[in-house]
Amino acid sequence: MAVAHGHDDHHHGELHNPMEPTRQEQIVMNRFGLWLFCFSEVFLFMALLAARFYLWRDPVQGALRPELEQGPALIFTCVLLVSSWFMNRAEVASANEDMKTFNQSLAMTFVMGLIFLLGVIFYEWGLGLAHPHILPTDGAFGAVFFAMTGMHAIHVITGLIFVAIVWRNGNLGHYSREDHWGVEACAIYWHYVDLVWIFFYPAIYLIGIGVHIPGH
Amino acid sequence: MKYFLTSALTKGLVGQILTFIVSYGLIRNFRKTVSGWEVPAPELSGWQAPYDEPAMVLATIISLFGFLLACGVVSDWLKMMAGQKPHLKHGAQGKPEWTRYINIDVNHKVIGIQYGLNSIFILLVGGLLAILFRLELALPGLQFLQDGSQYNTLFSAHGIIMIAAIFAGVGAMTNYLGPVLIGASDMSFPRLNAFSYWVGVPSAVILLAGIFMGGWDTGWVGYPTHSTTTQMIGVQMFLLGFYLNGFSSIASGLNMVVTAVYMRAKGMSYFRMPIFVWAAVAASILQATTTQTVGVALTMVVAQRTLGMNFFTPVISPELLAAGVPAGDPILFQHIFWFYSHPAVYVWILPGLGIISELLPVFTRKPLFGYKWIALSSIGIALVGMLVWAHHMLTSSMPPAWKIPFMLSTLLVAVPTGVKFFSWLATIWEGKMRFPTPMLFVLGAISVFLLGGLSGPILGTIATDMHLHDTYFVVGHFHATIFGGFVFPFFAAIYYWFPKITGKMYDELLGKIHFWIMVPGFWVMSLLQMRVGVLGMRRRIADYGSDLGIQVEHALITVATLAIGWSILIMLYNLITSARKEELAPENPWESRSPEFLAPSPLPEFNYLAPIEVVGEPYDYGLEGATYAVVPTPAGD
Repeated sequence: MAVAHGHDDHHHGELHNPMEPTRQEQIVMNRFGLWLFCFSEVFLFMALLAARFYLWRDPVQGALRPELEQGPALIFTCVLLVSSWFMNRAEVASANEDMKTFNQSLAMTFVMGLIFLLGVIFYEWGLGLAHPHILPTDGAFGAVFFAMTGMHAIHVITGLIFVAIVWRNGNLGHYSREDHWGVEACAIYWHYVDLVWIFFYPAIYLIGIGVHIPGH
Repeated sequence: MKYFLTSALTKGLVGQILTFIVSYGLIRNFRKTVSGWEVPAPELSGWQAPYDEPAMVLATIISLFGFLLACGVVSDWLKMMAGQKPHLKHGAQGKPEWTRYINIDVNHKVIGIQYGLNSIFILLVGGLLAILFRLELALPGLQFLQDGSQYNTLFSAHGIIMIAAIFAGVGAMTNYLGPVLIGASDMSFPRLNAFSYWVGVPSAVILLAGIFMGGWDTGWVGYPTHSTTTQMIGVQMFLLGFYLNGFSSIASGLNMVVTAVYMRAKGMSYFRMPIFVWAAVAASILQATTTQTVGVALTMVVAQRTLGMNFFTPVISPELLAAGVPAGDPILFQHIFWFYSHPAVYVWILPGLGIISELLPVFTRKPLFGYKWIALSSIGIALVGMLVWAHHMLTSSMPPAWKIPFMLSTLLVAVPTGVKFFSWLATIWEGKMRFPTPMLFVLGAISVFLLGGLSGPILGTIATDMHLHDTYFVVGHFHATIFGGFVFPFFAAIYYWFPKITGKMYDELLGKIHFWIMVPGFWVMSLLQMRVGVLGMRRRIADYGSDLGIQVEHALITVATLAIGWSILIMLYNLITSARKEELAPENPWESRSPEFLAPSPLPEFNYLAPIEVVGEPYDYGLEGATYAVVPTPAGD
């Protein structure tokens, strides 16, 4: 009832939009939309950080943190941050239509992201250990630790899927010098997930007085 | 019937129900056989149900994917992931035109109508719940409900279902009007737009199902520690339905902001945008950002109930306590929850207030007074609105030193809101007023919003809030702001754009009857709610003592509620019969200067036949020779 056909002369209901944005205009909008999405997600991660600073504190001592092993966490963090460099390299390669570097760099990004993810799941969460360092039921420490690392891990998984799709579509020849929006979007997202970790890592592992969790 | 059975709506619902049943059964049996876990059989009362709670949660989440995959709203994205390049499909695809409303369609006008129909449907369900518990409250003592838990489910469901309805109504207005008013052919991201609508359908189903799958007694706020310990496990459906609705909000908010920034017509600078678009952008910024925080709060409650993660319980095992491990804190939930849920009410009222500012100049035949101030006051309300959340917690154990800043920031909201009121007054001043139904609803909205606005600072001030917190005064205040800020403007918008949407004119007499029943009815309801609140009636209780001396008031509130319910049915009858009649509406029934009224009705598929151009100010009503937009007309006219 509400929508009449603008052009009846087009065949088979295939309507043409006279004001359809060009591909370049659409990419500009996509870019702004993705940055807005990143901004929106800032509120998600800020809420988790707020929970961390609200709950992990002592009225007298101030900020607290669970005593966790520092070495592996630092290594996983470095691996994730270096993967951002490869992601950037892949994006530049895609802009230069350099398929070899593109493939190499994306593979590196994927592997390093996967190392980080597996490190979090099997070491930090202790799924691969006989005696985990921390459990979800360990008071506010366990709850917020698993909420923060878990929410970040979901984003890393999304990023890995994104990298895999971009790798496949790149090898199908979908990206060109003029239009490699898919790679750019993937890169923005990947850098963003890394950036979040730059805030999460010190909040979880560095800030505050370490408290040993009994029983681990 | 054939089209209905093969529609995306039917497929989605079938997919959702099937995936729920299958995954619930699998997980349930897995838990039973592998871990030997049995559903404890507590003494069930009221509408409590013997479901396996963790299995229910997982199955509910999976059922969302069942809906989305079955209805096909994500098919294009899946194809893109698989390396194909699907085209946007426009039009009815060879089916009758009406089937577009129950199928996946990327046209923003179709999506706007879908939102509107969805909104009205959910509104009727939520209204029915309200009528049920108003009948219960008409007399002291329990009338027909068996116990308090049924009453609790009714008012809790009423709250969240109405919220879902209002969000759908906001979506209807911003989606239909946004692109049309800025001279665009569609939103920036049509597929995302369809997704925002369709993800709201399964979440509404989950909310409604929660009533029958255990019910819940936490109110729409779901405060821990009650929500983390209640035996009424429908609370999980409430939390998940609420959470999933947030995807809809975030996606449509992003879409509207990008659309307003990049899709405006030639010549339409920011300060020549229609005022409604400013309001929609302000609301969209809130939707796209703060919704994330409530998602965190709701996830935490689900995680605490399902996985035993202690976010909100201030109790901890002696071993952990001795080691100095901190416990949870229920106040944390209130902070994160209200950081969203206070701005959420601005998401509802900002578009409504935008409609008031948009329609007033048309019916007073005068320029809108202080256009730039009105435009910026919307942004101001949105920004100040992010800084007031803890005024919902003035009676909580939050440190007293935090309460005063929040009281002051709350009172600050009155400044940009006052800007709007004075602009409306100045616009009405010496205007050549006309009083068709949309104008009546605009004026009714202003009067009711004034009532809500004036009762606000009383609640925002710590000293008075100590007495009025959690009484019916809050209920009266809240309903006044929402009816004045959203419901009446929404009805005004429906009547105003009805000839544009359908090409037919609504029945003026029935419209006026609707108005003259509903607005006085609402005044009676809201004022008396405030009165019984001051006299000591608490919120959220099924019964009250006959010695409180508020029986007459309660009976009158119930009568007023029934009157409001009947008036809505009159509106629906009016809209349905008017849309079906043969006679066409005049081309520009309101003598509007807005571009959509210079284009044919109903609007063409892509709104305008060619790009329009803006050459003047939007609200120069009554000024000789002033033009706002040049709209290409079909050849031969």
